[in-house]
Amino acid sequence: MPRLSRPALLLVPLLGFMVLTYLVPFLGVAAWSVTLPEPGLTQYQTALTDPLVLSVFLRTFRICLIVTFATICASYMITLLWVRGSRMQRLVIELCILIPFWISVLTRAFGWLALLSNKGILNTWAQNLGFLTEPLTLVRNEFGVIVGMVHFLIPFAAFPLASAMRAVDERVLLAARGMGASRTRVFAQVFVPMTAPGILGAALVVFVFALGFFVTPALLGGGRSVMAAELIYLRIFQSPNWGLGAAISVILMVAVGGLLALLMRQARPAGAR
Amino acid sequence: MRRGKDGGRRVAKAKAAEIGAERIGKSFGTFEALTDVNLTIGRGEFLTLLGPSGSGKTTFLMILAGFEAATRGRLTLDGQDMTQTPAEARAFGMVFQGYALFPHMTVEDNIAFPLKVQRRSAGDIKRRVTEMVEMVGLGGHGHKRPSALSGGQQQRVALARALAYDPPVLLLDEPFSALDKNLRGQMQDEVRRLHRDLGTTFVFVTHDQSEALALSSRVAIFNHGQLQQVAPSREVYERPANRFVAEFLGQINILPLGGVSAGASGTTATFEGQTLTMAAFLGAPTTSFALRPEYMSLHMVAPQDGNAIRAALLDLTYLGATTELALKTPGGTALSLSQPTASLPSSLTPGAEVWVSWAADRGLFL
Ligand SMILES: Nc1ncnc2c1ncn2[C@@H]1O[C@H](COP(=O)(O)OP(=O)(O)O)[C@@H](O)[C@H]1O
Ligand SMILES: [Mg+2]
Repeated sequence: MPRLSRPALLLVPLLGFMVLTYLVPFLGVAAWSVTLPEPGLTQYQTALTDPLVLSVFLRTFRICLIVTFATICASYMITLLWVRGSRMQRLVIELCILIPFWISVLTRAFGWLALLSNKGILNTWAQNLGFLTEPLTLVRNEFGVIVGMVHFLIPFAAFPLASAMRAVDERVLLAARGMGASRTRVFAQVFVPMTAPGILGAALVVFVFALGFFVTPALLGGGRSVMAAELIYLRIFQSPNWGLGAAISVILMVAVGGLLALLMRQARPAGAR
Repeated sequence: MRRGKDGGRRVAKAKAAEIGAERIGKSFGTFEALTDVNLTIGRGEFLTLLGPSGSGKTTFLMILAGFEAATRGRLTLDGQDMTQTPAEARAFGMVFQGYALFPHMTVEDNIAFPLKVQRRSAGDIKRRVTEMVEMVGLGGHGHKRPSALSGGQQQRVALARALAYDPPVLLLDEPFSALDKNLRGQMQDEVRRLHRDLGTTFVFVTHDQSEALALSSRVAIFNHGQLQQVAPSREVYERPANRFVAEFLGQINILPLGGVSAGASGTTATFEGQTLTMAAFLGAPTTSFALRPEYMSLHMVAPQDGNAIRAALLDLTYLGATTELALKTPGGTALSLSQPTASLPSSLTPGAEVWVSWAADRGLFL
């Protein structure tokens, strides 16, 4: 058996902490899922057949896909300016990415409520200015959830995208332009493909994060657009069925674990280059 | 329509362009990277830009390519103003030190890229790509990604890609600096062959003087953003325009002279009490006389004719075919000689008193 080298010992406190605060509780939850209310796999059967639970899974999946796509598109444009813009543009973008990043998710969800709700700033102004007669329903539905989630997730995509973009050798782009390629062609056929590993990595990070979202969908969805994490909360705290809540948790955890494994595989060749 | 190899050559030759740079200047803030560069690069010429690091070679190349705008001056292409023409419209081929290949494309797709930009037919592209892959000796590697190739192979792909679309000008920025010495020699031969076969105008940047002398028909020497001299290799080496050029192109000995007087048959001067004569064509007389190490020969006793001075041998460096000698005159001037090893007496050791001579038609006033 290989002996632990000294630097590896430095990992022990972290590993201990992870075991104590994540692994042990998770095993507890996993145990509930097969023991409550009686031993067996009935809760998994319910989770995978019950129309309500399935509809929540489906909605979660759909929202996560839309959110991932929108976040990557928005982030790509913002990050492009962040990495390749003028000094002033860089500064502005940096503030626009970092300030929201430091603000609590709760505060930001309430911010969107204040902005988008029927009596919110946007609807009031639009009505006062005569653009609208009836308020537009922008929150307490899937749209509101998506807006809030995309806003929260943009920085998480921006960081990996920025590092992928910074790794692009400027001279490759110059060589392409030198061969007569227009800026549009250089962007679409050279720059974007060269950052593709970064795009995929960012998309996986965003998707994994989105799967477990709780606060934003709970507040901006207004109970009408329940996602997996909120359903777990409801089954544990409101209409108690701990076994079912635990089973849903385990399913979500397996999905996240699978995606993370994919992310690691994806990150390795990029890192080795 | 079939286009044979020679047909292709003729087309390429006809496309080679002449470039003119008139009083080009470039400032980065208050820093002047280029000052008043005047240069004409002839149709089908192979010109190297040579200079120490930071002398403005890359900046000048970027201005030629259109990636940087000159702060001052004018550029012409075949006599037409191109100062404002964007890089993609100039469409000069570029080869960089770091290869700059598209990592997500195979060798063939890399080479096909400029042809697709030109919207050539699929059949035409396929034919041209195959031809270029063969031309740079990469047959069988066409389906590989650049990362699966060695440095030399990657640079060959970059050359093939830059030449595939018959650009009017090929610009190369220190393309072989990252390669080891043997490979660099091979690549230099290859570039010379490509230039001969294609007849395109080549502008090649390097900081390596032997590379510049070996490769090109003319050398343009830069220092501190100023053009020092533009002349054929032999001329810049043998008749450098100034001291910087003389010293940058290789070892050179500079003798401080006294009593310089020009006559009809040449110049006479004294060096440490010795009278020297120099042929009239060695330039307007000054008090600095420059001699390449290989123009001087070593003697154990005072030679009968030619210019000769006394010196003490300080050190020998054996280099195989030649030996480098470090000497010092009684007056304290350091000299460096390069002699065929076979011509040296084997008894020669540091400390020996020797004579150094050279013919009256060698050397140059600086
Ligand atoms: N974008 C830039 N901003 C400021 N200074 C620059 C820039 N590009 C080049 N320089 C300066 O201009 C000088 C010439 O650079 P360069 O043309 O790259 O030299 P070379 O290729 O001969 O080594 C250097 O002193 C360099 O620091
Ligand atoms: Mg350079």
